[in-house]
Amino acid sequence: MSALPTLELPGVLHGARVVVAMSGGVDSSLAAALVAQSGYEAVGITLQLYDHGAATGRPGACCAGRDVRDARRVADHLGIPHYVLDFEARFRREVIEDFAATYAAGRTPVPCVRCNERIKFRDLLAIARGLGAAALVTGHYVRRIEGPAGPELHRARDAAKDQSWFLFATTREQLAFCHFPLGALTKEETRRLAAALELPTAAKPESQDICFVPDGDHARLVARLRPEVARGGEIVHVEDGRVLGRHGGIHRYTVGQRRGLGVATGERLYVVAIDARRHRILVGPRRATLTRALVMTGVNLLTPLPAGPLSAQHRYNELAVPARAERLADGRVRVVFAEPESGVAPGQACVLYDGTRLVGGGWITATEPAAAASAPVI
Amino acid sequence: MAAEARRRRVYLDHNATSPLRPEARAALLEALDEVGNPSSIHAFGRAARRRLETAREQIAHRLRIDPERLVFTSGGTESNLLALSQAQGPVLVSAIEHPSVLENAPGAERLPVGADGRLDLAALEARLSRGPAALVALMWANNETGVLQPVAQAAALCRRFGVALHIDAAQAAGRLELDLSALSFTTLTLSAHKLGGPPGIGALVLGEGVEIRPLLRGGGQERRRRAGTENVPAAAGFAAALAAWSTAERTRLAALRDRFEAELLAAVPQALVIARHVPRLPNTSMVALPAVPAELLVIRLDLEGVAVSAGSACSSGKVARSHVLAAMGLPEEVAGSAVRISLGPTTRAEDVIAAVAAFARIAHDPLVPRASRTT
Repeated sequence: MSALPTLELPGVLHGARVVVAMSGGVDSSLAAALVAQSGYEAVGITLQLYDHGAATGRPGACCAGRDVRDARRVADHLGIPHYVLDFEARFRREVIEDFAATYAAGRTPVPCVRCNERIKFRDLLAIARGLGAAALVTGHYVRRIEGPAGPELHRARDAAKDQSWFLFATTREQLAFCHFPLGALTKEETRRLAAALELPTAAKPESQDICFVPDGDHARLVARLRPEVARGGEIVHVEDGRVLGRHGGIHRYTVGQRRGLGVATGERLYVVAIDARRHRILVGPRRATLTRALVMTGVNLLTPLPAGPLSAQHRYNELAVPARAERLADGRVRVVFAEPESGVAPGQACVLYDGTRLVGGGWITATEPAAAASAPVI
Repeated sequence: MAAEARRRRVYLDHNATSPLRPEARAALLEALDEVGNPSSIHAFGRAARRRLETAREQIAHRLRIDPERLVFTSGGTESNLLALSQAQGPVLVSAIEHPSVLENAPGAERLPVGADGRLDLAALEARLSRGPAALVALMWANNETGVLQPVAQAAALCRRFGVALHIDAAQAAGRLELDLSALSFTTLTLSAHKLGGPPGIGALVLGEGVEIRPLLRGGGQERRRRAGTENVPAAAGFAAALAAWSTAERTRLAALRDRFEAELLAAVPQALVIARHVPRLPNTSMVALPAVPAELLVIRLDLEGVAVSAGSACSSGKVARSHVLAAMGLPEEVAGSAVRISLGPTTRAEDVIAAVAAFARIAHDPLVPRASRTT
């Protein structure tokens, strides 16, 4: 207990009401504990995002899933008020349907960014303000650092846990209201502190990648929402147009994917592009997947684009690589990699960093192949 | 946290559950310390039987019925299920019934209510003329709006068409002086904890000459209508709570409720009182702050120390849309922003004054959303 760090939320008076978004996991549980024990009036809120019974195929499991119950247990343990808000309808509309629609368009979605953008840092933030809160705290591993021109968003101290990529769409106004106490901690420190505080979720396993697909079978969900996506189509070699085989739905593929193509040629093949219009998967050798630049839309910038070198991360699980970025006349941003990158998938986000500082990001809509000779035949 | 503990809390959610009345507590405690199964032959058993039957007689006396017609159950939900399980044919329910009626009559036809929140009697009559029906279920008073339903007229219609009538009086008992001697019905639900008795006990009152098939079997308790060892202490508490209600208490509540509404409308002119000029329970007020989401209102009021509710909360605590207000045809902006204030014997004038002040603080906070967010 003595090792518990005291939280100082810049600009938030002691005793002020602070809403903590509690997912039922260990991270947001500890965030709530830190807020509650640092002189703020902590209020826990859990968003009911989807029907747990329906998601797990267990009808009749009314409302509360395990995560909601865990969040409530933690709040009871801390002695703070806790509320559950019904966000099922808007989560379905803003996140799940967008997830399926993006696959249907031949792109690879990032539902967690949509959820942060449209649910947590828009609607929940508005509710927190409506509840008279002075700040919204989440358990994200990301650092907010007070800079000369206002708060800046930086990568977490624990690089392996850093979640800043998922928060690129947070606006400056939203960031001013948000605090992330776990950005300064490692996951091990979080676990240790949670255990020291005897939080009921201290030893809870990590959640799966996509919360609303607890069985991991995202293809089945997309096929249910967008049956037209699930019909089969051709797998075509990008360089010579040969039909190499058939696929069971374009939503099962992402650009850069190598495994599970189900085609046997002597060559090592990758998904180069997904042609939603003709329902085809284009495959080719690694060189055909190389991209020298991308264009992104829906751009959010937390700081003006620097003219100099940046690093760009075009997938959560990829390392950031050297790049330059320029704003196009229509507001889109073009990112040029210093070295060609593979696996740049439309639908994913590209996030720009200046060192650890998050500059901004957007949604990848177009890519420019590195070698003109291997231009995809879309 | 410390500040929260120190703050005086105002409880205005008696329609969810009402604090145990002191009279009920005394009766309950007295019975809790006594051993004896009412089915036993020995002196202990006989004493327990006497206490149980005394409770039954007290309740029956208040309702002006023969005690033989009162079956103790585990509460309102079981009573509704027991009543609905008797139907052998089409069931008609008002669209504003409690979930324990709606969900225990899954295939039932829903009867519309008017904009005033009362059952559309013409629709009921038309439906009964049109085709066969086995049972009509209608609540005496709605749990959300407090609006009294036309049970006497519905009873007359049901009798004319030879259809059984089940009345859910869970919210009405105590808060209204119920004289069941003059009413023709088949079954009627009572719940103890809504009127200041302990939770976990209720009753099903049978109409004159009505017999039922039990749901619970395995013993001859409750005249073979419901098996299981009787909850004697709870029955004693139930009877004492009902007996504690008086006309003066009801009048006092109605005056407090009216004062709350008048002061609220003065302090927050944009507030709306649902069914204000319709006959209602004396203790219930449903108010909307248009465009302020009801769940936000409930949470913010709770943080201000005022306990109210919205819609019917499910097990996770999330607030569901009100099917009652939807059935009344209220626009989403109003239905989505309505909260229920329900008073009871422990409510004092300062409680409603505190509630009005909290409403006003919230309504005048510029950060409270004005535009309704669709959910």
